[in-house]
Amino acid sequence: MTRLGWLGAILLLLPGAALAGPPQECLVAQHQVERTFPLPHVEQAIAAKKLAILVIGSGSSILPGRGGAGDAYPARLQQALTELLPGVTVAVTTDVKPHRTAVEAVTVLKSALAAAKPNLVVWQTGTVDAIQAVDPDAFSDALAQGIALGRAAGADVVLVNAQYSPRTESMIALTTYGEDMRWVALQHEVPLFNRFDIMRVWAELGTFDFTDASNKIEMAKRVHNCIGWLLADLITAKPPSNEGGR
Amino acid sequence: MAKVSTERDLRLDLFRGLALWLIFLDHIPSNAVSWITIRNYGFSDATEIFVFISGYTAAFVYGRAMDEHGFVVSGARVLKRAWQIYVAHVFLFAIYLAEIAYVAHHFDNPLYTEEMGVSSFLNNPDVTIVQALLLKFKPANMDVLPLYIVLLAWFPPVLWLLRRAPSTALIASATFYALTWWFEWNIPAYPKGTWVFNPFAWQMLFVFGAWCALGGAQRLSRWINSPVVITLAAFYLAFAFGIAMTWYFPRLAVFVPKFVSDTIYPIDKTNLDVLRILHFVSLAIITVWFVPRDWAALKSPVFWPLIVCGQHSLETFCLGVFLSFAGHFVFTEVSDRLPMQIAVSVAGIVIMVAAAALVSWYKKMERRGPRPPAATPSYAGGGA
Repeated sequence: MTRLGWLGAILLLLPGAALAGPPQECLVAQHQVERTFPLPHVEQAIAAKKLAILVIGSGSSILPGRGGAGDAYPARLQQALTELLPGVTVAVTTDVKPHRTAVEAVTVLKSALAAAKPNLVVWQTGTVDAIQAVDPDAFSDALAQGIALGRAAGADVVLVNAQYSPRTESMIALTTYGEDMRWVALQHEVPLFNRFDIMRVWAELGTFDFTDASNKIEMAKRVHNCIGWLLADLITAKPPSNEGGR
Repeated sequence: MAKVSTERDLRLDLFRGLALWLIFLDHIPSNAVSWITIRNYGFSDATEIFVFISGYTAAFVYGRAMDEHGFVVSGARVLKRAWQIYVAHVFLFAIYLAEIAYVAHHFDNPLYTEEMGVSSFLNNPDVTIVQALLLKFKPANMDVLPLYIVLLAWFPPVLWLLRRAPSTALIASATFYALTWWFEWNIPAYPKGTWVFNPFAWQMLFVFGAWCALGGAQRLSRWINSPVVITLAAFYLAFAFGIAMTWYFPRLAVFVPKFVSDTIYPIDKTNLDVLRILHFVSLAIITVWFVPRDWAALKSPVFWPLIVCGQHSLETFCLGVFLSFAGHFVFTEVSDRLPMQIAVSVAGIVIMVAAAALVSWYKKMERRGPRPPAATPSYAGGGA
């Protein structure tokens, strides 16, 4: 579906919704978006009116089908940031590959950074690692390495954790990897975009029915749009004022 | 030779029963009721309680058998128990296979293409099932029983040494734990990585439990009743509680000094982090202080449901794992609203208690029956 068609769909679903701005349905999870640490490179880039973002991730950073890339959250993030930051040129590039573990992401990160020269790296990871039950230490080390690589290339880093997936919850042991991401984020002072908890809130409030077994792309598109908007929220938010103390 | 006290400590059954309930609640994903479980308020969780008490009861039961029948007979009984647990594990694996095959066939949501990769092992069941029988492939939440099997399999020589020279055995176990951390020993898993519960590390808690059962607890009693130790334990629990709160309210994390978070993280469950051991020991000290051995309420009907579950731990554990699968299935197929979560949690516990009571009744019957008295000790199954 084209972007215009997509906006039309929102208008049909939410009569009276403004053309710009985040779809109202997402906002119930907005309290889960916390900018815990500053993003100095992003702030500089916004001041200089040119923001480049690299999304590196695995299968849940893309949607299947021909229009998949345009409907997935990286493209929605670019759209949201363009609306939220008038006058700033926003470019989101992606390096996304299904079945990619954190260790594998680190091996391609250097060349991806050199190609995209981003001010911000959005790193989605954790699911594939949990499915393959990789060594949690190796996972944590890879996260730390990736953050260091991003910073060395002059970019801030935001981590994005796994999706909330009720059907497979009892089969994929996400906990260890989710905790490792939280700890590494804390230790290296990078914000964590808690996609898991955000989707949990939507599930609890009935915003989306994630147990739906049917092959319908519509809901997946709406979810990715929401994730793009909330991610834009985190990127443009002001960090808490007591941050300077650390 | 270490002296073995003869009267069973009902507190063991009580808290093992509690651990089994908590493990059940924790194993139902997205269960709001699991907010009450201890893992949310500190570093350790029900696994520590379960492993420690299992070590304690194993030494208690098989230690006495070693007295009466010697090393070979009691060792053979320990191995028989390990075999029963292995069979139980394979049974649970069969249920897991059925569940994942169902989801792979009925679930086709494009949002979750990535997550469905979890069923890819169904493409080559020849390899996976063999790996599962070798205990190398262990699905989510099915890591406790394999740990238990390994701990029991090498328990006979450990028990022998514990009864000859308890301090030496405990020091050997702690040394092994330290070497495991130093050299990063673990058992390889399939398809990648290592065991989620590293037996080389977790053995220490099991052996520590066994050591306590064989007179260690009495030797420690002067320490664990001292006001200084109790105060330290209370402070440590408060500290762990404060840290745990920062996991749920990220804004609080800024109040944790950087050197503290640099020191404590990551808190390693696989290798039984020292912080987790300390947390468990602190909990135990406070609990023992609040609940004396001869507390009359232990014999009251209020605690009977917990105690009966703790006395039939293997049956209750396996049923709990199955019920957590089933409960999760109800969440996704019927409803996952809060009233349903509470209903499923309560119903699961009621079924666990009823099953434990039934097992208890069976064992009583078997002892009375035409056969000679069962070889297993009277608090049956209790076992380890």
